[in-house]
Amino acid sequence: MEVIKVEHLYKQYRLGQVGTGSLIQDINRWWHKIRGNEDPYEVISEINDRTTQAKGDFVWALEDINFTVNQGEVLGIIGRNGAGKSSLLKILSKVTSPTNGKITLNGRVASLLEVGTGFNPELTGRENIYLNGAILGMTKKEIARKFDEIVSFSGVEKYIDTPVKRYSSGMYVRLAFAVAAHLEPEILIVDEVLAVGDVDFQKKCIGKMKDVAGAGRTVLFVSHNMEAVKNLCARAILLEHGTIVSEGSPSHVIESYLNNRNKADWGRCYDEHEAPGNEFTRLKSIALKPLREDGKPMITVKSSLEINISFWNYVEDLVANLSLHLYAATGECVFNVITQLPPPTLGVGLHHARCVIPKELLNSGIFYVSFMLVQDTAKPLFNFDEVLTFEVEEERENTNWHGKFPGFVRPNIDFKISS
Amino acid sequence: METLRKIEVITPKRGMFDVRLHELWGYRDLILLFVRRDFVAQYKQTILGPLWFIIQPVLTAIMFYVVFGKIAAIPTQHVHPFLFYFTGLTVWSYFSECFTKTSGTFVANANLFGKVYFPRLTVPISIVISGLFKLLIQLLILIVLIGIFSLSGIQHISIHWTLVLFPVYVILMAFMGLGLGILFSALTTKYRDLSFLLTFGVQLLMYATPIIYPLSFTSGRIHDALAYNPLTSILENVRYSIYGIGQFDAFGLLYTASFTLIVLIFGILVFNRIEQSFMDTV
Repeated sequence: MEVIKVEHLYKQYRLGQVGTGSLIQDINRWWHKIRGNEDPYEVISEINDRTTQAKGDFVWALEDINFTVNQGEVLGIIGRNGAGKSSLLKILSKVTSPTNGKITLNGRVASLLEVGTGFNPELTGRENIYLNGAILGMTKKEIARKFDEIVSFSGVEKYIDTPVKRYSSGMYVRLAFAVAAHLEPEILIVDEVLAVGDVDFQKKCIGKMKDVAGAGRTVLFVSHNMEAVKNLCARAILLEHGTIVSEGSPSHVIESYLNNRNKADWGRCYDEHEAPGNEFTRLKSIALKPLREDGKPMITVKSSLEINISFWNYVEDLVANLSLHLYAATGECVFNVITQLPPPTLGVGLHHARCVIPKELLNSGIFYVSFMLVQDTAKPLFNFDEVLTFEVEEERENTNWHGKFPGFVRPNIDFKISS
Repeated sequence: METLRKIEVITPKRGMFDVRLHELWGYRDLILLFVRRDFVAQYKQTILGPLWFIIQPVLTAIMFYVVFGKIAAIPTQHVHPFLFYFTGLTVWSYFSECFTKTSGTFVANANLFGKVYFPRLTVPISIVISGLFKLLIQLLILIVLIGIFSLSGIQHISIHWTLVLFPVYVILMAFMGLGLGILFSALTTKYRDLSFLLTFGVQLLMYATPIIYPLSFTSGRIHDALAYNPLTSILENVRYSIYGIGQFDAFGLLYTASFTLIVLIFGILVFNRIEQSFMDTV
């Protein structure tokens, strides 16, 4: 039985400052309308692409989305940030309405992205359970029936009559989650993206998802965690620029996701007059290429990464080396490598450098690269800051654990149990 | 279990008149919990707590007594000025609170509305109900004051049977405040300037309502203009029922009721319209 049916769903957003002068715009628009003219302000951008400045005032966040979900099915939704996942979820949970199209829902929808929504710090745990439950659509009677269960699940029995502003953040989240987890909806939306950072909480989310699906209910699972999607979902869809570009078995969809990563992110190329740099040096290009045994253009923990740099040197007989820094998304430097010593002497003109980061060194996550041209191993001539960004995806087998490994590196270190 | 399932269809814009008031009924528990939250959260950390409900109007009435009663010496017929102002303020403050507080519905709750769906009207309705507690406490004080003034012989009280209409006045003010408030709250999501207009607009409206002066004190054009203020008849009728001054204005009451009905319906329609799209504009 179809529980969710999405047909020709479109969502358009208006860009820019909404509000300034809009009263005059609205009057003008209305004036055009009553004379039967076209809306003078409607300029619609072609696709939703955050990397380029949109030309129009409007952008399509979702375009012609069609899919169905059957009862008891766990559907994974994957896609890059800005692909339209959140818009889709917001429409499904009725927070905003679509611009066009139709969704038919058969059953009550609840989503775990609302954890703690509407909690009031002044109220006690008990009062907040009732308030939060009612906001999420339960009646007072339903909440009263599940009250004891919610409290024991949250593990904050002792503080249930204390205002939640005195709670630790962990207690707060546990209590909030306990309420959401006892909603018993027919359709559960889990947006894992919003739950990152708390491993415990993720585990609970995933555990709850399994329970819900096991009980014949339907789950929509939005995640960046490819392993979790592969292992928990029977089917997945891939969103890109607001459209579904791939649909089917999770492993198939994940592979097209990894293949379709925006290649523009993996390299940059500049004309000399607009290239970053100064009077000593300028960057011509930097490019990243994954090297894999299977030849697929995917960056995973099992891909070696080749970085090629081309730069112009304007200093005669420069004794120079490059110093490359790899940073984690959070800003910590993972490592710093330099080119050969003693440094070579460079003439004026174009020079190239190549660096290979071996496979099974970096952990999954987002990294960025900066490098400097250094004179006489001591004097930096220019720092090319954040010239390259890439994300290393997870790729693992033979494990039932889907969480993220901690740390920035995950080197292939010999570690065995002997018997 | 199958019978409990409800099929729901999400489409771009609901019909203009598809306001789904029945949905509100399903969320009646939420409305009451919101009322409770407003009450508890507002006064939990204050020392005097709900005493503020009393202190505010008493101090304002004293101020008015000094400024308008003594300095400006505006006649209040044969009602003691302090009692006259306190009565007017009690009635007025309920309306103004319903109006100003509900007008912030969307902007104040943008974060909550952005994450979870529930009928948005639950919020302004709960505000109007919360206000009733405050009104009730102030009315008790008014009764006590009337008792004191009457027993000490300062004020002659002549209760008229039309006082039984008092709950009707309260309902009219609640609905009028609600209607205007949600209309403004819907419009402020698009035109933020309106929130500035509202704050001092309500203050000005107080002077355009016979609170610190009786309607009989005015004449000519001003008198005629005041008749268009839907609150005029309520204030005049309240004072007539308690102190026997002025006259009972049945026609004015009818005007007020029609005005309230139109504003409420219009407010709900506009609110319903904005409710579906405002998350994209805030």
